[in-house]
Amino acid sequence: MQNIQVTEEEIRQALVSRHTEGIQARISAARVAVAGLGGLGSNIAVSLARLGVGHLHLIDFDRVDVTNLNRQQYFADQVGMPKTEALRENLLRINPWLDLRTDCLRVTEENAAGLLRDDTYICEAFDVAEQKAMLVRTVLEKLPEKYLVAASGMAGYGDGNEIHTRRVASRFYLCGDEKTEAAAGRGLMAPRVALCAAHQANMVLRLILGES
Amino acid sequence: MITARINGQPETFASSLSVSAFLEEKGYRPDRVAVEQNGSIVPKREYESRLIEDGDTLEVVSFVGGG
Repeated sequence: MQNIQVTEEEIRQALVSRHTEGIQARISAARVAVAGLGGLGSNIAVSLARLGVGHLHLIDFDRVDVTNLNRQQYFADQVGMPKTEALRENLLRINPWLDLRTDCLRVTEENAAGLLRDDTYICEAFDVAEQKAMLVRTVLEKLPEKYLVAASGMAGYGDGNEIHTRRVASRFYLCGDEKTEAAAGRGLMAPRVALCAAHQANMVLRLILGES
Repeated sequence: MITARINGQPETFASSLSVSAFLEEKGYRPDRVAVEQNGSIVPKREYESRLIEDGDTLEVVSFVGGG
């Protein structure tokens, strides 16, 4: 937090000037959890931080690896840091007055409900298919009042227009192309991962603003 | 014969079958899916016991890796 040139009030005013007062008030009051801080989660969090989402809950057990730098919102000098700490640092450079909660742990069927209790909107941003399905099943079963925005299928460099958002159930949305799994020669690459993350962040924004 | 609506499409089965049998028949991996039956999630521990009946609506979301 060195050499800060702007004040909290200036940032608030700037957000209001871009988004308007009524919209910003709703964004600023929102509580959003991001489960998994890889290519999806780090990009979602950056979008939400720039929107001025009032309360962000960042969850990941992992550390920044050099192989993450091709698509995730970390820097070379952060390799080895817990992702929760590295992302906290980066988000606070965007807006030093964000209200951030971080949990450096692995989300399980057992701890998920307690962990996500205070969040209204939950972004599933894991990497492993089994983990994605586990979180979705657990949230839908144990936290049916939450809004859930999950992702599946964003590897490679296929058509960007195949990345979509669809409403699966009343409070459950799915983003991605729903088919392209990460594989040898079809890895996770910055543009499509960021496209999918932007779909998730935009869906959360739409829900905050009362769209469905 | 029973007919259930699976991901928006009507499908016919010889008789009622468990969610688990259905997933196997369709080639889904149970640990990679979330299944909604008539609008509510089916817990994974109930896949063996929960039956798909005539007129049911099922939504099966299958996840692939990457994030």
